[in-house]
Amino acid sequence: MNGIHDMGGMHGLGPISYEQNEPVFHSPWESRVYAMSMAMGGWRKWSVDALRHQIELLPAADYLSLSYYEKWLAALGEISVRTGLVTRQEIESADPAPGSQKLTPPLTAEQVPGMLQAGDPASRNVAVAPRFQVGQRVRARNINPVGATRLPRYARGKLGTIDRDHGVYLFPDTHAHSLGEKPQHVYSVHFAARELWGEQASPRDAVYIDLWDDYLELA
Amino acid sequence: MGATSHGHDHEHAHQAVPSDPALRVKALESLLTEKGLVDPRALDALVDAYENKIGPRNGARVVARAWVDPAYKQRLLTDATSAIAELGYGGMQGEHMLVVENTPTVHNVVVCTLCSCYPWAVLGLPPVWYKSAPYRSRVVIDPRGVLREFGLELGEEVEVRVWDSTAELRYLVLPERPAGTEKMTEDQLAALVTRDAMVGVAKVPSPKEATA
Repeated sequence: MNGIHDMGGMHGLGPISYEQNEPVFHSPWESRVYAMSMAMGGWRKWSVDALRHQIELLPAADYLSLSYYEKWLAALGEISVRTGLVTRQEIESADPAPGSQKLTPPLTAEQVPGMLQAGDPASRNVAVAPRFQVGQRVRARNINPVGATRLPRYARGKLGTIDRDHGVYLFPDTHAHSLGEKPQHVYSVHFAARELWGEQASPRDAVYIDLWDDYLELA
Repeated sequence: MGATSHGHDHEHAHQAVPSDPALRVKALESLLTEKGLVDPRALDALVDAYENKIGPRNGARVVARAWVDPAYKQRLLTDATSAIAELGYGGMQGEHMLVVENTPTVHNVVVCTLCSCYPWAVLGLPPVWYKSAPYRSRVVIDPRGVLREFGLELGEEVEVRVWDSTAELRYLVLPERPAGTEKMTEDQLAALVTRDAMVGVAKVPSPKEATA
């Protein structure tokens, strides 16, 4: 979707503010939001792509004004309701619905180190032929889907060169919507800064963007 | 597109967060715990992992090893995930790693313009500036201006490469080893390496600069 989250190349979003010796979390509630989001992922009701997209669905004004963990909190609540793990009324009342059955959490403290060590690989060990080769000139397609996509607006329609083939990964545009993994090759694509931004950019500079087969066409 | 498209307007109306997130979070944790959806001890363990175990010291050890061991550096640049696993790091948000090397003529800097993807396994959770709209929007269009704000002025002869983490690849910058560190041990070198240098918004200070 052409949302506010897709902000590469925008002006006017203010100065970068830097905090010396920044703590990992700025308050305990941030750490609890973070941990609840990770732990609730253990129910496997949603993928990381779906959770990212849930954050993208925040109204643009909220997206810009909420802090990072406020966005996570809003998205966690929404996706938990949408997938049926909780009801909206339960969130509003902070009480389980009368008669609801107590479940067994899928993630225990003992399982945390193993879960972090295993991660959640997005690569897929399936034989899918690459559509492009290293060194080939490609154009990022001009697509404007209303759902999840990882093709940033600033690259659409631009010419680049396949720099390397990362192998086969699931496809977020379908995966985020539970429409299948559609595994395909992901490439690092080199875009000259001047191709993206015109004469104001340095002739030497470049942006490398990781793009899926479905985002590209032969130039 | 997609199965979730219908009903968005309805959902949007509910997405605003009340003014006191601390209270809301407490209520949510209590609800999820009572329903048996989360185990509070598991939450404690997750917080502990990122507050105390998984952070930029991991990445610093990778960088220091690459500086003292040319064969390791070669493995790191060709198969970063495996080379990083040799030091015991990997997993969540480090499943698919790439290391890009800074040289006198090439400077690399990492961003995620679409959200805040970051190599947790080697750098921990990202700082606020990395997740912020100003950094995400500007570093792709004006990397030299952004780096200048971080105090890093690059000459015209240097090629700046910005890596936008749009997929599940996670990037670690291998900074240049500073002058005056020839006699330092691997541990001493690791202590010099900063998070910012591994994102690419700074260089590693020489020992003189570090103590200045």
